[in-house]
Amino acid sequence: MTTGVEGYMYPNEITLYWSVLIVLYPYITGLVAGAFILASLERVFRVDAIKPTYRLALLTALAFLVVAPLPLQLHLGHPERSFEMYFTPHRTSAMAMFGFVYLWYLMAVLTVEIWLDYRRDIVVMAQSSSGLKRWIYQVLTLGSHNISERALAIDERVGWLITLIGIPSAFLLHGYVGFIFGSIKANPWWSSPLMPVVFIFSAMVSGIAAVMLLYMLIMRLRREKIDMLCMDTIASYLFYIFIIDFSLEMLDLIHRIYEADESFRTLNFMVHTKLYFSQIVLQIFVGTLTPIVLLALTQVLKLPEIARKRIYTVAGCLTLIGIFAMRWNVVIGGQLFSKSFLGYTTYKMALATREGLLMSIALTILPLFILWVLVKLLPPWPEKVQSGTSAASAAN
Amino acid sequence: MSVFKDSGHLFRLVALYAVGTLTFLGIRAFFVPHSFGQYGHYRGAAITEIAAHPIHFAGHQTCETCHADVQEMKKTGMHAQVSCEACHGPLAKHADDPSIQPAKLDTAVLCVRCHAASAARPKGFPQVAAAEHSNGLPCETCHKPHSPAISAGGAK
Ligand code: HEC
Ligand code: HEC
Ligand code: HEC
Ligand code: HEC
Repeated sequence: MTTGVEGYMYPNEITLYWSVLIVLYPYITGLVAGAFILASLERVFRVDAIKPTYRLALLTALAFLVVAPLPLQLHLGHPERSFEMYFTPHRTSAMAMFGFVYLWYLMAVLTVEIWLDYRRDIVVMAQSSSGLKRWIYQVLTLGSHNISERALAIDERVGWLITLIGIPSAFLLHGYVGFIFGSIKANPWWSSPLMPVVFIFSAMVSGIAAVMLLYMLIMRLRREKIDMLCMDTIASYLFYIFIIDFSLEMLDLIHRIYEADESFRTLNFMVHTKLYFSQIVLQIFVGTLTPIVLLALTQVLKLPEIARKRIYTVAGCLTLIGIFAMRWNVVIGGQLFSKSFLGYTTYKMALATREGLLMSIALTILPLFILWVLVKLLPPWPEKVQSGTSAASAAN
Repeated sequence: MSVFKDSGHLFRLVALYAVGTLTFLGIRAFFVPHSFGQYGHYRGAAITEIAAHPIHFAGHQTCETCHADVQEMKKTGMHAQVSCEACHGPLAKHADDPSIQPAKLDTAVLCVRCHAASAARPKGFPQVAAAEHSNGLPCETCHKPHSPAISAGGAK
């Protein structure tokens, strides 16, 4: 018998085919959707307090979105075949349709919104920079240097419209990732209509936490003052959305416990054994309850700035760990038990293979690197060091 | 009109996307095989290509025309429904030209393929833990492959 198998597994269930890369895929897409929704709050609902993170959130979303399909590509033995789903899409294939949801979001929403928002800067930089940079900016202007007031006003209105379309698109993008799992009716761990909803809310939680952390980190690296009003507002959003997310997950749990269908004994046993650490300890206690309590403290108590900063940092990191654990438990958990409900298998993560640990670490770092390039190319904040003017007036 | 003048860059963007879409359609036209979708969501020409492959299995009716004796014996036992080539392997070439000798079978390997005890098989299906049951002897020593029941008088 293969080691790691307890009880009876069907032969095709013994090895897990959806590896840690498939965990990374919903995790990264979730960060995209969350970061974008945070940016949209500023734009559509005009929450001025979080303006300092608006552009950073958009660039974060773009950096992660570019990487989002890579785990899937690596998982495929023949990545070049993934283009077949654009060439000859099959209407009944959830994955093929995801290709179009992804393309729509990347090309029609995110790129356009960033381009419109940065157009003025791009034109200015195309004129002021030199060498390769000038060439890049020139291409990005698409040959139009019109930054008259009317042109910018038009950009503003079109950008607003795009954001408006963007919110349902972001929901669709990540809701769809949940749908891909939730619609697999053969797997009781996944098959639940609540799946897309839970995925969207956990996406918002992780995206907001990521932008919050990135902002604090970048500000520290740039030796600039962190805008605490902005951080407090973002933290309060994180807190409220986290509570909704947690309630939804608990609702799902209660529903499963009360319904107790034929799969329940198996799943229940799994949660208490193989998934105990990643689900109960990491996801629920460390990654959900602790950050919620920490954030609640900042809401109730009047804490000094330094304490709030530390709490936000810790809560943000724990949140990211917790949401990763949630994705892990969904993807890996769904493959650990036999559909005969008679046995369990074990996931052994490889180290230096195409789908191993090192690869997934590389894929997690890659978006940060892309973000670094993007921030260099399209600075989210006015360059204070060079101009020396005060920040408030320079924005916009 | 100045509205058009001031939104000129947007038209450039739209034009860029239009060019992108056209390029995609061009690449698609190049890569998607012509017979795709002829009958369904697959390459129609695949059917004739596959049909043109050489045939490997002759089918048990063909075997029985020459090996009526085996067929007679097989009818009496529980292997009546097991097709000849399920054990002997694809033998279309031999059926066309009997001078091509079929390979000898090793029953120690062959029979456990279907009869090794496994929880995944239906309970009523005859199955044995080969190591204990035959102690390494080829199954043929005691069972006749074409009529395997020993008690039914098929023993060698
Ligand atoms: C055209 C008549 C014919 C057909 C059809 C035919 N065979 Fe034969 N087969 C023979 C002849 C004749 C021999 C004997 C050859 C020899 O003894 O050298 C033979 C020999 C064999 C042998 C080997 C016997 C031994 O002593 O090793 C096997 C096994 C066999 N056939 C199986 C099959 C199977 C299975 C099929 C169906 C796919 C089949 N045959 C179809 C004529 C045929
Ligand atoms: C359960 C597996 C099995 C099935 C089904 C089976 N055979 Fe056999 N057959 C064997 C084995 C094992 C031998 C003996 C080893 C050998 O000769 O390779 C054999 C031997 C033969 C032989 C040569 C010696 C003999 O005993 O006559 C012929 C001819 C033959 N089979 C033809 C057929 C034909 C025709 C069919 C279909 C009607 C058939 N077999 C179905 C397993 C099978
Ligand atoms: C392709 C699969 C297959 C192979 C290979 C096979 N068998 Fe069978 N065997 C069957 C089937 C099917 C039955 C009938 C089971 C039933 O109807 O419940 C059976 C039944 C039997 C029985 C029970 C007979 C009875 O009357 O109780 C014996 C004994 C047996 N096989 C021995 C063998 C031996 C020995 C071999 C190797 C020469 C062999 N089998 C190869 C499929 C196979
Ligand atoms: C030493 C002789 C011997 C050998 C070798 C042998 N068997 Fe048997 N086998 C028997 C006897 C005896 C029975 C029970 C008698 C009967 O068929 O009624 C039996 C019964 C069976 C049955 C029926 C079990 C049931 O529950 O109905 C199967 C299947 C079987 N054998 C498969 C095999 C296979 C496969 C091999 C080769 C790995 C093999 N045998 C080798 C003697 C043998």
